[in-house]
Amino acid sequence: MSRVSVQEADFDMAAETAALSAGRGDVGAVATFLGLVRADKLSGEGSEVTAMTLEHYPGMTEKSLEAIIVEAESRWSLLGVRVIHRHGRLLPGERIVFVGVASAHRGDAFAACEFIMDYLKTRAPFWKKEDTPEGGRWVDARESDDSAASRWET
Amino acid sequence: MSIKVLYFASLRETLGYSHETLTLPGTIDTVAALRGHLAKRGGAWEALQEGRNVRAAINQEMVGPETVVRDRDEIAFFPPVTGG
Repeated sequence: MSRVSVQEADFDMAAETAALSAGRGDVGAVATFLGLVRADKLSGEGSEVTAMTLEHYPGMTEKSLEAIIVEAESRWSLLGVRVIHRHGRLLPGERIVFVGVASAHRGDAFAACEFIMDYLKTRAPFWKKEDTPEGGRWVDARESDDSAASRWET
Repeated sequence: MSIKVLYFASLRETLGYSHETLTLPGTIDTVAALRGHLAKRGGAWEALQEGRNVRAAINQEMVGPETVVRDRDEIAFFPPVTGG
């Protein structure tokens, strides 16, 4: 199975997590991250985000996620990686992204999982548009995401 | 030289185009020069002017402004990414 999936459909986190160590005895640690759609309050207004639409760049998205995984594998000793990112229209509470990393010891799995998410946030070509009672609004990139990614640069 | 240009997200909506095929004069040979060339169309296209927060990819890899544009390249322009 491919390590990277970009899909509209939901995913089964328990099954994806189990698959990272299924049938092998060398995996001592699996770290996972699950990202969800948040019903943020809009600044200065009483209304909330009612839905979100994720656009992406088909082809480049998959390539960039694969490149991020390869980079993680060059930094830590990993035994398996799985990245799933959804696109299309999503409601608050729905799953958006899953990152699972298997390794022999927890340090590699924890670090690589966080690294992959930080790089995904700044390098994978996804864009979020929030639906609000006042209409659609593109989400601005955050400087905190850039600084989270840059701390891995040595 | 003939290239394909793609636009994504808020930039796609601002411009009203998702893609186009362009024949470029030989003097337009970098990403920065292409942005300037497109911005000269005026109106909404000024969103591509130098200094605006626009990212670029060539053949599906992120690139900087001085990257050389070649015949048959696929060049994408888009705002900073917001996935995850």
